[in-house]
Amino acid sequence: MAQITLVEAVTQALAYEMAHDDSVVVLGEDVGVNGGVFRATQGLQEKFGELRVLDTPLDEATIAGVTVGLAAQGMKAVAEAQFEGFIYPMMEQIACHAARMRNRTRGRITVPAVFRAPWGGGIRAPEHHSEANEHLFTNIPGLRVVLPSSPARAYGLLLAAIRDPDPVIFFEPKRIYRQYKEEVPDDGEALPLDVCFVLRDGTDVTLVTWGSQVKECLETADELAAEGISAEVIDVATLTPLDFDTIAESVQKTGRCVIVHEAPKTAGFGAEIAARLSEECFYDLLAPVERVTGFDTHIPLFRLEMKYMPSVERITAAVKRTLAVS
Amino acid sequence: MTIAAKFEIEYLQYLDAEGKQIRDDLPAFANDLEHMVGLYKTMLSTRVFDAKSVALQRTGKLGTYASCLGHEAAHVGVGSAMKPEDVLTLSYREYGAQLYRGVQPREVYMYWGGDERGNDYQNEPARHDFAWSVPIATQCLHAAGSALAFKIRKEPRVAVCTVGDGGSSKGDFYGAINIAGAQNLPMVAVIVNNQWAISVPRRIQSGATTLAQKGIAAGLDCIQVDGNDIIAVRKAMGDALDRARKGEGASVVELVTYRLSDHTTADDARRYRGEDEVKDAWSKDPMKRLRNWLTARGAWDDAREEAWKNECDEWMDNEVNAYLETRSQPVTAMFDYIFAEVPADLAKQRDYVLSLEQKGH
Repeated sequence: MAQITLVEAVTQALAYEMAHDDSVVVLGEDVGVNGGVFRATQGLQEKFGELRVLDTPLDEATIAGVTVGLAAQGMKAVAEAQFEGFIYPMMEQIACHAARMRNRTRGRITVPAVFRAPWGGGIRAPEHHSEANEHLFTNIPGLRVVLPSSPARAYGLLLAAIRDPDPVIFFEPKRIYRQYKEEVPDDGEALPLDVCFVLRDGTDVTLVTWGSQVKECLETADELAAEGISAEVIDVATLTPLDFDTIAESVQKTGRCVIVHEAPKTAGFGAEIAARLSEECFYDLLAPVERVTGFDTHIPLFRLEMKYMPSVERITAAVKRTLAVS
Repeated sequence: MTIAAKFEIEYLQYLDAEGKQIRDDLPAFANDLEHMVGLYKTMLSTRVFDAKSVALQRTGKLGTYASCLGHEAAHVGVGSAMKPEDVLTLSYREYGAQLYRGVQPREVYMYWGGDERGNDYQNEPARHDFAWSVPIATQCLHAAGSALAFKIRKEPRVAVCTVGDGGSSKGDFYGAINIAGAQNLPMVAVIVNNQWAISVPRRIQSGATTLAQKGIAAGLDCIQVDGNDIIAVRKAMGDALDRARKGEGASVVELVTYRLSDHTTADDARRYRGEDEVKDAWSKDPMKRLRNWLTARGAWDDAREEAWKNECDEWMDNEVNAYLETRSQPVTAMFDYIFAEVPADLAKQRDYVLSLEQKGH
């Protein structure tokens, strides 16, 4: 069985679902002959033709609105925003139509669409190519916001997103697109949406994260283990609807929680999790919940971008602060 | 000088303001007087419906309502030219088209009366049309997407969007006609140019001589039509739909009409436009010209007018009663249909709201 990267897992999931479901169509800028600027749609147009793998005019609002129209006619439309920094013109169609069509028509019209976008910083890209803006979508009712953090989860969650009867924002952490390979059987097995994945069991502290920061959190957990500190690592994976129970159970066990995300701190999705912990797990907490996040700045251009990102050092320091409270 | 390309925009009109025929080459459907009477009856029922809606709002039984007064020929012309299997995406005042396609007045009342069930059109073919789109021009892209679905599935269906003169300024409109041209989609974009986008007149929307010509940049067939002349509207729409259905390309059809009402019941048009202009627009009323034309052909008269008005009144009264008798949805309805199934986390909020309700809050 072939070992594949996260971006190859995206391609594999798209190809599998297109081969098994005629209603699946992929559309976006450069998704056709070029196979996407990250090659996520590599080879799909050759296999499935120009209409089912459609190069659109260069207009994100067009991509999003056409996606809503396709999905309303029963097509499983998978739209690509070339970068998350270019997704803003799509937001009106996503918020005003994709996310609320089922509700406002009492189920008469639905939008089974996926809006994919490479997400986050760390690849020395130009301006507007490195945003982490998932929190702008988690406050929109009727949307699922999903971020995979490994090749296997990218494959399984993307299949689930395409099969889901409601719109899904699928952010692909581009910093780890090609970070490592793993075996991902092309068996069409989806992973569940709306659940967190506990990637590592631990007893002293819970690290809650998603997307590319899963990498730093697992590294932090390794380093802490060497010092005899046992960290549990949770990949939230589906931000909304949130599987808060898995986070709560972990924090009830560890009593300490550090939330790690790349997006700016203020009103980032970490704030939601921290607030829920405060509301529902206050008496289980042995220390204040910590957040290690991007700063309330624009992600700087690439000479400084890694200074903006949560690092193993910053996460470790936060864990130690929580452990210092007794 | 070398000319790279040259364009012109046809203007189509059959009846003048008094209902006098100004050209002899009537389209075939117009010779079918029974059909024409049917169109007139839908136009008249639309007008009766509209007056009833405004009255409901004025008496506190409806929220804000967007009137369609003056658009009857444009809207009924669009709705009647479409085949049942076609799909309509629209803004929020195209009731003439919707009544023709089976939307019930009670559904319109429910929507403007604060109940989402008004969007759940029960009758075909309206049941597979889109619901009102309040964010301006966004619906144009839904037509493009629907048309793309028809093209992929090789279905002989056409997607029609209606948008206002103001809406034709928006990127979504341009995006929709642009992809329709690039992909040769079975789509018709109808600009219902009623001269006013709330308080902003047509001249401020665009420096273009016609709004139809916007389609030229997208490679579409374009025509400007007297939107108060239903024969012209129906003819232009029929041609555009035929071309689209045969895979011969999308069109922009500009229907020049006039919004005789305020923008909505929350608006007061006297703040921004003069009485003379409105008086002049009333002289071009779409009802009058078709009525005169039918009357001259012996297909209509005052007695029939009176009888049909009474029938419409009775129909609308029934619809109003049905609307007023509809109980509100249970409070938990706001949680229904957010997703196909209510997620566990959301179910907790729903249960909380239900507990408040049970405590009588």
